[in-house]
Amino acid sequence: MANKTINIKLRVWRQNGPSDKGHFETYELNDVPTAASFLEMMDLLNEKLINEGKDPVAFDHDCREGICGACSMYINGRAHGPDTGITTCQLHMRLFKDGETITVEPWRAKAFPVIKDLMVDRSALDEIIKAGGYISVNTGGAPDANTIPIPKDVAERAFDAANCIGCGACVATCKNHSAMLFVAAKVSHLALLPQGQVEAERRAKAMIAKMDELGFGTCSNTGACEVECPKGISISFIAKLNREYLKANLIP
Amino acid sequence: MIKLDAKIPQGRLAEKWTNYKESQALVSPANKRKLDIIVVGTGLAGASAAASLAEMGFNVKVFCYQDSPRRAHSVAAQGGINAAKNYQNDGDSIWRLYYDTIKGGDYRSREANVYRLAEVSVNIIDQAVAQGVPFAREYGGLLANRSFGGVLVSRTFYARGQTGQQLLLGAYQALMRQVNTGKIKLYPRTEMMDLVIIDGRARGIITRNLITGKIERHFGHAVVLATGGYGNVYFLSTNAMGSNGSAVWKAHKRGAAFANPAFVQIHPTAIPQHGPYQSKLTLMSESLRNDGRIWVPKKLEDAEAIREGRKRPEDIPDEDRDFYLERMYPAYGNLVPRDVAARAAKKMCDAGYGIENNPTKEGVFLDFKYAIERLGKKVIEERYGNLFEMYEKITGDNPYETPMKIYPAVHYTMGGLWVDYELMSTIPGLFVIGEANFSDHGANRLGASALMQGLADGYFILPYTIQNYLADQINVEPIPTDHPEFEKVEKEVQDHINHLMNINGKYSVDHFHRELGKIMWNKVGIARNANGLKEAIEEIRALREEFWKNVRIPGSADGINVELEKANRVADFFELAELMAIDALHREESCGGHFREEYQTEEGEPLRRDDQFMYVAAWEYKGDGNKHEWELNKEPLIYEETEVKVRNYKVAK
Repeated sequence: MANKTINIKLRVWRQNGPSDKGHFETYELNDVPTAASFLEMMDLLNEKLINEGKDPVAFDHDCREGICGACSMYINGRAHGPDTGITTCQLHMRLFKDGETITVEPWRAKAFPVIKDLMVDRSALDEIIKAGGYISVNTGGAPDANTIPIPKDVAERAFDAANCIGCGACVATCKNHSAMLFVAAKVSHLALLPQGQVEAERRAKAMIAKMDELGFGTCSNTGACEVECPKGISISFIAKLNREYLKANLIP
Repeated sequence: MIKLDAKIPQGRLAEKWTNYKESQALVSPANKRKLDIIVVGTGLAGASAAASLAEMGFNVKVFCYQDSPRRAHSVAAQGGINAAKNYQNDGDSIWRLYYDTIKGGDYRSREANVYRLAEVSVNIIDQAVAQGVPFAREYGGLLANRSFGGVLVSRTFYARGQTGQQLLLGAYQALMRQVNTGKIKLYPRTEMMDLVIIDGRARGIITRNLITGKIERHFGHAVVLATGGYGNVYFLSTNAMGSNGSAVWKAHKRGAAFANPAFVQIHPTAIPQHGPYQSKLTLMSESLRNDGRIWVPKKLEDAEAIREGRKRPEDIPDEDRDFYLERMYPAYGNLVPRDVAARAAKKMCDAGYGIENNPTKEGVFLDFKYAIERLGKKVIEERYGNLFEMYEKITGDNPYETPMKIYPAVHYTMGGLWVDYELMSTIPGLFVIGEANFSDHGANRLGASALMQGLADGYFILPYTIQNYLADQINVEPIPTDHPEFEKVEKEVQDHINHLMNINGKYSVDHFHRELGKIMWNKVGIARNANGLKEAIEEIRALREEFWKNVRIPGSADGINVELEKANRVADFFELAELMAIDALHREESCGGHFREEYQTEEGEPLRRDDQFMYVAAWEYKGDGNKHEWELNKEPLIYEETEVKVRNYKVAK
């Protein structure tokens, strides 16, 4: 592996709490290895800031392998940056040019208030799951797992929806800041499976009501969410959600 | 000396759990409402326990450092979960899963606990399917299985390469459902700072709100720790950045014995390190070894040419490739257990056959060429598509066309707080579940067994055993948190934080953590020896002293301060690291993941010394302030129904 490095300029959003107005701060960072991940580059920036006695940039991250859904940066105008099918932690510096200026912002949405710098509050997504994003079974008493055969393609399709990592890129990308893709993924995952069909209607209604209540916008079918979803969740699940919702509301 | 009573129930191995459940004390529904339980951690163990306890009627408070419980690091487990369903009709049984686990752990785990784990494994799959976990299925609609290392059957259930994620979402959803009913109160972005003990029983915790910096007190009739392992002692590991050992360490310093701290699992197939700025290592699932073949060049000059970029792996003809696992362990081949595969990789690289162009030349190939020839690209894509993509994103190489490069990385810690059969630590009322305890994997864990253990503990074991403890607590009124013990422990936490904030030294927390990691990897890593371990102990102590003099934490403690969070965790890692080295030094034998170079056979296989070391090493903290000391307590391991053998993966037995 060639140990290539680049010099970059970073415009990073700094905001000291939800009530602070916030502003861009510019930093120069030299000799960034192109094999490093974007967050490793942010570590280098923070190490530099700490050594200079300055306040490091706050951002969410944890697993650094694209699955926990914690990392959430808006980079050069795109959720999770200039690559598709990835989270911010999977973005690598080899995609950037020497001398490039990189703009880094937090998710921006009414339902995701900024906590500090690039860190936002996404507990609204947990609230939506809490409202009904589950199958209501208690521990114990489940029948043998092979009792209900599920066609392979149905299981696969359910998985495609269950793939959601709850990062919120769909909300940040949508011009209306709608959470429809997030809700659609959970509603579809569970409604596709026989186990989940029992309470499918109740679930769709409860989750949509909660989404509306929390200040997410409405869906206008632009499809931007699908493009930036790190797990490639299809917008066709939104159609499935609409069908579930309609069914739930037609039956008195 | 602590009295270590494992409280193993009477009867034959296969009857113990049934006997226990039939004779244990239960808490009535009316009384469950009166009892508060604290659960720390929301991975598979914590989330499943919290949900199950709340469903039963207990009042549960759940804490996690992440912004959402769904992000706990169980989410990253790729390969699968074992269960003795025998759906494949290949001769599996509870006994066989039990036997594979106890053998895989190199006869350093407790017979009764492991048997119970195998017993409840089948319920986990039923529960997960009922929750909507989309496991892989066959065309007939029934569940599919694959095989994992160290076994001769296919008993691993999986959901593409994201089994941990799907199981965690199942448990997380069950947990959120109870948050909705009001039976669970959730505290995300909150870190446990210490344990409060009143009259000899665990009665609460002190926490820090990671957003406001506020220190808070919480009471519980019982406390459950489900905080995972301590692999991040090594700085580089496959753990999440925030994974830490502080909750268990604080409990240890308050009196809970720490068992087998030296037992660390080094996973053979992670992506090799690429530079000094590296923040973590990414695992490539063990399931890949079902279809991938591991090799290095037979000729030293080929290895050198590959490292220097003069040759590509595709240029090496089959006859010049050394499929060393297939050569050394014909019966299990590429699917030998993790410790065996990791040691073999180190052996080949130490001998100069490593293929990665990094300072240590550490890397071997994992090649899918043969599987693609045999099964076609489409089948391989179906099985491992997302893993291949993940690999390509990180390395820039396409594994359909060129072999993956892999190398061992710290992955899992078999050691943890000592617990009895009821999963209770040596502190009454303090329960420890999942990776945080030591109980089931002995000196080495088999693949796809961590998810199994986490969910077994959380769904099916703790919800029973905790009642046996709580049954005589029903008349205990909740203790107000202005009790002097709460006040005292909170003050100690505050003093600890102030101390760290006032050092104002020269170096970042990461600087010290990286140095600690180097000592641990080099001297308390894949292979250990007495001299290296003695050096490690001295070096850890010196570095810890330097940390307390020279660490620099910017900002204040009254709000978000990521550096302070890291400093709190690394301060504990220093102490834990020392105990790991002490344990490794005291255990003068090789077993599972603990390989002492002085104790090996002529063929280089680990040499167990059952006559002297067939026990659990449960260390008791005896230090005060800056001087750390430990006393060794031994729980002998008695195998009543299992024939103890030499672990041998050269033949199929």
